[in-house]
Amino acid sequence: MSLVAQALRWTKAHLVLALGIVVLVYMFVPIAVVVLMSFNDPGKSKNVYRFHDFTLHNWAHPCGPAGMCHAVGISVGIGLLATLVATIIGTMAAFGLVRHEFRGRSFANTVIFLPMASPEIVMGSSLLALFVARGFGGRLGFWTIFIAHVMFCLSFVIVTVKARLSGLDDNLEQAAMDLYANERETFWRVTFPLVLPGILAAALLAFSLSFDDFIITNLNAGQTTTFPMFVWGAAQRGVPMQVNVIGTVMFLIAIVLVVGGEVNNRRQTRALAR
Amino acid sequence: MAAITAPARATEDTAKRVGGGRWTAYWLLAPGALWLLLFFVVPFYSLVSASLFDPNGSVLTGYDVTYHVGNFGTAVKNYYPELLRSLWYAGLATLVCLVIGYVLAYAIAFKAGRWRNLLLVLVIAPFFTSFLLRTLSWKLILSDHGFIVDLFQKVHILGSDGRLLNTWFAVVSGIVYNFLPFMVLPLYASLEKIDGRLIEAAGDLYASPFTAFFKVTWPLSLPGVVAGTLLTFIPAAGDFINAQLLGGPGQRMVGNVIQSLFTSTQDYAAAGALSVILMALIVGLVLVYIRKVGTEELV
Repeated sequence: MSLVAQALRWTKAHLVLALGIVVLVYMFVPIAVVVLMSFNDPGKSKNVYRFHDFTLHNWAHPCGPAGMCHAVGISVGIGLLATLVATIIGTMAAFGLVRHEFRGRSFANTVIFLPMASPEIVMGSSLLALFVARGFGGRLGFWTIFIAHVMFCLSFVIVTVKARLSGLDDNLEQAAMDLYANERETFWRVTFPLVLPGILAAALLAFSLSFDDFIITNLNAGQTTTFPMFVWGAAQRGVPMQVNVIGTVMFLIAIVLVVGGEVNNRRQTRALAR
Repeated sequence: MAAITAPARATEDTAKRVGGGRWTAYWLLAPGALWLLLFFVVPFYSLVSASLFDPNGSVLTGYDVTYHVGNFGTAVKNYYPELLRSLWYAGLATLVCLVIGYVLAYAIAFKAGRWRNLLLVLVIAPFFTSFLLRTLSWKLILSDHGFIVDLFQKVHILGSDGRLLNTWFAVVSGIVYNFLPFMVLPLYASLEKIDGRLIEAAGDLYASPFTAFFKVTWPLSLPGVVAGTLLTFIPAAGDFINAQLLGGPGQRMVGNVIQSLFTSTQDYAAAGALSVILMALIVGLVLVYIRKVGTEELV
């Protein structure tokens, strides 16, 4: 049977899966373009929306365009700091919400959901209005971006950690207690290691959200330029091909982290099962 | 949000006995709650007061809150095409996302077998490259002598000088692309919980696959549908990146207007009023929608 006929038969038998894969491929087409364009040499033509010639120049000189690597540095700095703060206070909040019964819990859940369901332009302009009204209009920059990023990352951290935490088998904690571990020991030696993958996933999500944000950042950045703001500014004139190098690298790092985490998880599960 | 937090609910009550006195929960929640209060709730108040500024003020001379309700009328009068266009583009994009997102979520939930986790990672993987870079990629894909335009011209969907960039089609497909994961994840979360035996039972009772889907699967996935459509529609309605990069002057959305009023014109009164109107429209539409679909399970 020819390969084509085989593929056709498989498609007929798995129509929904085949369609799903088509949708997934569609989701990856622009990423493939980003990777491809990182090897593009636009030559003398000013058209940066067309693959002209293959080159390794962009990879050899990633910091070629003036100001780009500085912007990447600022984005990484804000991203790390905002991720750290949002992950810590978000994890605390998730523990409070899942592990304790208290008045106002459903209200708290609603307030946490709202930032995920508000248009960024409204959140960004509200914050700007606040900063201007409080006299911070002239001091917009690193710290106002940081405040904004922690704010919109928090909800995503809480939801992610909550999902992990509420899926835990609390018999394990009971067992630790039965074996004379006190509360502190139980928490640090049983609960926390079990929740850790959820916390790390939340941190990765927070960092990507922060690194990627443009709408809220742009309103509250003042004179500071983050990487997305650099790309936006450059897009008006013609983006330097090196932005695609940064895009590709960020993508690869994230994929390595996710896959590494998954492999590590599986190894641990197998070790436990043995 | 039912589809996201529902698994949490089941064990939330059983786990509460671990640790701490009755104030512990408040201490744990305090920093996060304070941050959201100061930088999410309070700013709305600032925004509403900005929308009531005296329009004659400026950033340099300062603004007075003069309860100038007229700002709202002026904003609607000047910018109603952008407002309507935003809702229309966001609604259309949400519908397209629902159709193709449902196919993908269904395939992952019921047909993927042991590849499920891998496929889920692939759904969120696009988030790891910049939103702006991905949108710029679409600009390249849809650009004038690109493959898609050539193909469309050949099969006469487009005229020989027709183009895709700077049309509503480009903007809507950009929005569909960028917000698709927000649709797929909640849909998957609620499809995954459906007991496959219910669908089998429908088949045993002589329902065609078609009937079984519309009488069993679809109603059971409604919480995910509601969550997914909201998480797609709301950010899409405020988005301006797709309209700016893929559209032309004829595709400006309300986000573009608010953004340029704040950053270039620095007309805070008009920008504030327009933001408040956008938020009010969205809240209104969401309330009507939830009532129509009739899910109590939200949030």
